[in-house]
Amino acid sequence: MTNVQKNRLKDQLFKFWGIGCTLIGLVLLIIFIGGILIDGLSRIDWAFITDLPSRKAEKSGIWTPLMGSVWILVLTAIISFPISVAAGVYLEEYAKKNRLSALLEINISNLAGVPSIIYGLLGLEVFVRIMSLGASVLAGALTLSLLILPIIIVATREAIKAVPSSIRDASYALGASKWQTIWNQVLPASSGGILTGVILALSRAVGETAPLIVVGALAYVPFAPSGPLDQFSVLPIQIFNWISRPQQGFIDNAAAAIIILLLITFVMNGIAVYFRNKWQKKLQ
Amino acid sequence: MKNLAIVMFLAFVMGACGNKKEQKEAGTDIEKLSGNISIDGSSTVFPITEAVAEEFRAIQPDVKVTIGVSGTGGGFQKFSRGETNISNASRLIKDTEIAACAENNITYLGLEIAYDGMAIVVNPENTWVDSFTVEELKKIWEPAAQGKIMRWNQIRPEWPNEELHLFGAGTASGTFDYFTEAINGKSGSSRGDYTASEDDHVLVQGISGDKYALGYFGLAYYEESKDKLTLIGVNNGTEVVLPTIETVSNGSYHPLARPMFIYVNSTSIKHPEVVEFVNFYLDNAAELSEDVGYIALPAEIYAKQKENFKAFVENNK
Repeated sequence: MTNVQKNRLKDQLFKFWGIGCTLIGLVLLIIFIGGILIDGLSRIDWAFITDLPSRKAEKSGIWTPLMGSVWILVLTAIISFPISVAAGVYLEEYAKKNRLSALLEINISNLAGVPSIIYGLLGLEVFVRIMSLGASVLAGALTLSLLILPIIIVATREAIKAVPSSIRDASYALGASKWQTIWNQVLPASSGGILTGVILALSRAVGETAPLIVVGALAYVPFAPSGPLDQFSVLPIQIFNWISRPQQGFIDNAAAAIIILLLITFVMNGIAVYFRNKWQKKLQ
Repeated sequence: MKNLAIVMFLAFVMGACGNKKEQKEAGTDIEKLSGNISIDGSSTVFPITEAVAEEFRAIQPDVKVTIGVSGTGGGFQKFSRGETNISNASRLIKDTEIAACAENNITYLGLEIAYDGMAIVVNPENTWVDSFTVEELKKIWEPAAQGKIMRWNQIRPEWPNEELHLFGAGTASGTFDYFTEAINGKSGSSRGDYTASEDDHVLVQGISGDKYALGYFGLAYYEESKDKLTLIGVNNGTEVVLPTIETVSNGSYHPLARPMFIYVNSTSIKHPEVVEFVNFYLDNAAELSEDVGYIALPAEIYAKQKENFKAFVENNK
């Protein structure tokens, strides 16, 4: 065997190894989703969406936790979006490179790695007790906003960094102020990346359980929230509750609820991809 | 086992019939109440309280009952701050929790509502075990057994010289607290070298796939997987008792049947909807607890609880 042949062989081997590694994740995902679909798909109908939780598995529905999740999602988006995008713009465009901004940067990266239950404890003390919001949708949304702030800030900064300097230079050359440049050029050019970051962060928030349990989200609520100060449950808590029940009927319900939750995250990720592609084309 | 199934079926049918009649009576002469009832606590008790809340909604649709699952300890923490009206508990209130309630001037009444049986199970291929005594279970599970009691013939010499594979509740579960207290004499004292899980489905899977396995978990999980497991009776000194509705309910399946409780805050009962809810709870706990896989208390205990509660309401008016 010549050296060339040897190297080609190695090349081939590495290729197959790489394919194998890629497939592991994919195959596991297919097995998981397949199992969930087999267990849960037959359980999903309109009544499953609109019914209240019940002790009888076949009569149970996910209306209240689904509505709770939707409330949490919308409020979290409203709260986290302006704060984290503003913070990202400040750090990228205004902050001077000094000790303070270095400290801020380190802390934001650290916050992204804090376990979610810690945010739950923070939310319980600050929002539920000190601000006396109670175990409300608002307290839950504020807690989850804290949780995803660092993710969106990092995404915003990356998106702003990716804006070509020629656009900025052109704006300044035409006499625009810094703020005009940011508002009219930088933000529109980076909005695809920012929105992608926001949506991905929100789809993480919609799957969170631990911080919401700590904040006081409930397992049984017979009514959907009608305002931000109402009590609530969310889909992951309902799933967790069902999966630990002995009866097979509840396991099937859990699978069905998982399908709904996955659908929500898939749709959100789909929207994120759509925005990214749309803005990328525009920029070119 | 067939008998147990028939008994459960009959109980279910009879329960269902009784319920309809009661509801009809209730629907005609009960005044409409409204308000909120906030409940938190044990996830073990949750299914019963959920069932009661669901049925209560049918007769009092304007009373909003909400239930959380912070665990027995987490529930008592909120209860002692006056944040909840009722606390679900899978054990009696502890001294530290009593002190916390006293500090905030919270007085309360604890009510037994149902039993949860604990099943000792082995693999169906296990042909040698017919029963355990409490002493044998202690010998297997006590902390001193760690690393020592590793083979079946160490429990009884006539059993095979094969490895013993243990499966049990994880330390965060109420089942663990109760089992260790009942068998080892002290809550939380257990050997640690066994397969532990808070999810009983995992234990069922493990034991059903391992000929030399032995484990314990809630009886309801056994009921769901009867064909994959063999239930082992416990020798209480005079006879070998298998956990069934009768033996758990009449106390002969000792010591592995635990009572479950709700605790009611005394200031809450100034609200008529809370009083109504607790009365409804005690009236229907027998039927509903069996619906969700637990075991009813004897009827006279429910009657006594109702009297206790009535006196409690009178004293706190």
